[in-house]
Amino acid sequence: MGAAPASRDVTSYGMGLAAPLALFFLLFFVAPLLQLLWLSLHNDTAGLHWGLGQYLHFLTDPFSLGVLGSTLLLGAEVTAVCLVLGFPIAWLYQRVGPKLQTIIILIVLLPLLTSVVVRTFAWIVILGRQGIINATLQSLGVIDTPLKLLYTQFGVVIALAQVQMPLMTLPLITALGRIDPNFDDASCSLGAGSWRTFFRIVLPLSLPGVIAGCTLTYAAAITAFITQSLIGGGQMLFMPMYLYQQASTLQNWPFASAISIIFLLAVLAVVSVFTTLGRMSRGYGGA
Amino acid sequence: MSGRKRTLEAISFELVMTVIAVIALVIIIAPSLVVLIVSFTSGFSLRFPPPGYSLRWYAELWNAWQLHFAAKNSLIVALWATGLSVALGVAAALAISRSRTLSARLLDSLFMSPLVLPALAFGLAALMLFSLVGLPVSPLTLVIGHTVVCVPYVVRNTVAALAQLEPTLLESSAVLGASRLYTFRRIVLPLIRPGIIAGAFIAFMSSFDNVPVSLFLRDAATDMLPIRMWQDLEGKLDVTIAALSGVLIIATVALVAVMERVTGLSRRLTN
Repeated sequence: MGAAPASRDVTSYGMGLAAPLALFFLLFFVAPLLQLLWLSLHNDTAGLHWGLGQYLHFLTDPFSLGVLGSTLLLGAEVTAVCLVLGFPIAWLYQRVGPKLQTIIILIVLLPLLTSVVVRTFAWIVILGRQGIINATLQSLGVIDTPLKLLYTQFGVVIALAQVQMPLMTLPLITALGRIDPNFDDASCSLGAGSWRTFFRIVLPLSLPGVIAGCTLTYAAAITAFITQSLIGGGQMLFMPMYLYQQASTLQNWPFASAISIIFLLAVLAVVSVFTTLGRMSRGYGGA
Repeated sequence: MSGRKRTLEAISFELVMTVIAVIALVIIIAPSLVVLIVSFTSGFSLRFPPPGYSLRWYAELWNAWQLHFAAKNSLIVALWATGLSVALGVAAALAISRSRTLSARLLDSLFMSPLVLPALAFGLAALMLFSLVGLPVSPLTLVIGHTVVCVPYVVRNTVAALAQLEPTLLESSAVLGASRLYTFRRIVLPLIRPGIIAGAFIAFMSSFDNVPVSLFLRDAATDMLPIRMWQDLEGKLDVTIAALSGVLIIATVALVAVMERVTGLSRRLTN
């Protein structure tokens, strides 16, 4: 439809320019995912017998459901920690001069661009038996034997929160920057205290940023294969590693496909819940 | 009285927020600093603080040919994937950025979806498709897989740069008789170049660091650096990896500093 008018309108370009990437995605993104779906709907490895066997297996197996549950829970915990720690950073960013602003942004940005393996490795050094936390506590005489921090849920959550923090903080900084500072002053001059102003004015107005940050953090945290497996160790199993074990070690591609599809749907469900909340919050913010 | 209560209240709020923010910033930056310090240890363990300081593990790195091999592969794949992402992504961004049609919005969502979908699932899917059509794992399959997950960064940053472009500039150029191609080369491209470079930079870094896609699409002949490091760390805690981490951290800081100068990277990521 847009071809004829678009060529006359000098400010826009024809949709044809998107064709190469669209074709590329069709061949190497959409087709693989469709094949994944196709294989997951078969009961045998060769893909000869249609059926919902793989899904039934997953959904009736307490072990598999447990892995899914703990993965979704992990994402929620990491997102909550990132929000609680990330919001004050964004708040501080709006209060300081341009020089400190650049420093804060660079501190937040650097980890995002540093290799995930390196960042995870750093947490092994910190949480390990001879790591900083244990060494400090032992030299202070607080503990005699090293605490077990690595290979625990606590360790995975704190390491993942640090790894994903930029994804939460950047949208929050953007959102807080868009709030008219007059709202703050108006609220205070009308007698509301700082805490009340924060929870009644600043937080609701920044909801679009909160939701954008939560979506990115959650999606990244539950798929963070490297951090989950290195900090969590062998005892804790989350969806990405479960998928990898089934596909690579056990070569059970149909079941691995079903795990992938269930995992994809879980992520999509969470993202669409957040998106709906985001749409509602925009109405709320404007009201 | 009420005035004093309010100031106390205001101070408590500012104090709590500032303290949490500083703690959060320390948590963000501390791990990189710790690795940097440990990488200069003279000992054999990852003990912190190190018993003494030396460059021995960096010297050790010089001879770690497996890591060299993996680093070279990762670099080559990242360069190709970035080049392909820029070529495909910039063209697509031009097409969808100013269009309000349904197809433009659908394409936009499609091109962005690799950012939220679990990359590991895509890696497995790509491996199954390549084996179905009889394409063995090779640098080519790696480049294709990486391009899919890296192209969103190029598209997003280019679309953002195009959104800030004044349409009147293009109209003036056209009124003055410039052809579309000439206008693109002399007006549009120079103005959106920083955005393209920023997108390409992030695409390059995320390809170089990619694990989930490489995990399925590489083999022994195409070992990739993050996977080599991961497997080394699974087996034993090697101080050589700390030295390599040191090199990667310093390289990242240097690249980010350059990019900040060239493209104003930090402004781009908060707008």
